[in-house]
Amino acid sequence: MKKVLAKFRLYWPLIKSLQTGLLVATGLAGYMSARCPIFNLGTLGGLFVSLVAAISGSTVLNMWWDRDIDAKMGRTQKRPLASGKVDPAEALRVGLTLSVFGVGLALAMDPLYGLIIFAGLFFDVVVYTIWLKRRTCWSIVWGGISGGMPILAGRALGVGGLDWVGAMLSLGILFWIPTHILTFSMRYFDDYQAAGVPTFPSTYGFKFTRATIAISSILAALAMGLSAWGFGMAWGFLRLLGVLSVGLLILAAAMMFKPSERVTYGLFKYASVYMLAAMILVAIEAM
Amino acid sequence: MPKMAPLDRILLLTTGILSAYQVAVGIDHFDAFPILAYSIAFGVLLVASLLLIILGFEILDLPAVVVISTIIPLALSLGLVWQHLAAWRIPYLVFSILGFLSILITRSIAMRKILPIVVLAVTHGVAGMMIFLLPILLALRGVLEPAFSLVGVGGALIGLGGLLLFFLKAGKPILSRENILRVFPGLLLLMTICFVVGFRFG
Repeated sequence: MKKVLAKFRLYWPLIKSLQTGLLVATGLAGYMSARCPIFNLGTLGGLFVSLVAAISGSTVLNMWWDRDIDAKMGRTQKRPLASGKVDPAEALRVGLTLSVFGVGLALAMDPLYGLIIFAGLFFDVVVYTIWLKRRTCWSIVWGGISGGMPILAGRALGVGGLDWVGAMLSLGILFWIPTHILTFSMRYFDDYQAAGVPTFPSTYGFKFTRATIAISSILAALAMGLSAWGFGMAWGFLRLLGVLSVGLLILAAAMMFKPSERVTYGLFKYASVYMLAAMILVAIEAM
Repeated sequence: MPKMAPLDRILLLTTGILSAYQVAVGIDHFDAFPILAYSIAFGVLLVASLLLIILGFEILDLPAVVVISTIIPLALSLGLVWQHLAAWRIPYLVFSILGFLSILITRSIAMRKILPIVVLAVTHGVAGMMIFLLPILLALRGVLEPAFSLVGVGGALIGLGGLLLFFLKAGKPILSRENILRVFPGLLLLMTICFVVGFRFG
């Protein structure tokens, strides 16, 4: 038992629990936005397990592939794979097992849902991490597309197909991701430079990056608002989403016109709170 | 600057959640203009609580805090006047806009110290008295339920918080900086509870 617990403690950081939790929350919210019988425990449980497995699996695979650059960055060099605490071959097996299980379960539940989950995993691991991350800073577009897949998949499972609301929800995540990742790449600029990973700040400079963040924040807020209106969110909840969006836009504007380390950090954290709050609103609305 | 304690974070989070409730549910039955005014007031309170949790008490040192903290009493009092003093709607709307713009301008450009203080004191004073007195008078006259007077208590607390912050930023704190920051999250929460309960049962 002690051995299993020790192993679990080693692997826990490999799945980036907060990021995985947020993405799982988007998937659940996408499903709930369909107002289908959300208390169908079998479907809800399957959705949760498949999302957790597939997203955790892809995260472990990313960590496995990126272990060399993680070892060069101060922020990530203590991660279990980068520091050599976990055997890479074993991590690869765990990542593949989780991914195959997650996608397999998703396919068994619904072919379209499974296909979207597979697409998310493929875009994240193969296109974003393996193919583009070390070549171009624009790789984050593919990271964003893969990040938008759980909410699209959840919505597709709920409504039984693809619709414009699902696409808009997915776009909301896609545009939110630059706000999250680009503030991160500004905050840890030196780390990414040391690892040789191209980022927006290193390729286009900080000013362009800030403008990109501001524009993507506006687009994320618009997409979230439009999709919430599209699936019939109550007026009061829309109002609250609007208030939270204004907070996001003000911080983005502050970073554009009065940039500072504190504002960058504030926007980075607020963007996560914003997305989590938006997903909670969708879930409460559905209940 | 003292580090924010876990209890402070919990108090601020509760303030944020109550403000979110007020924006989403608590004001749903009002007319469009009061909804807009209250949404602005509680929206600022919500976002401010979140930013305090994220960035800590350091953000209270930002010059913009004076301007932003004006929005809460102005928007709240504007909503109250719009709902309960129909004859004063337009004059008070004009006062609110001018008051806010005056604070924004006097805090944005360099000028002699006395004018920004007078502008701030007048604007805050009128808005604060409106939030404090109007609900209590309405409750005493039986126009609204007695519980509505809690909105007035909230107004008194917001005034107290405003005074503490004002003197702190002016470099002449009434209490020590540590004590002000110690009571600040609790004061914000108590004020928000008064507003939410007052609007709900008043």
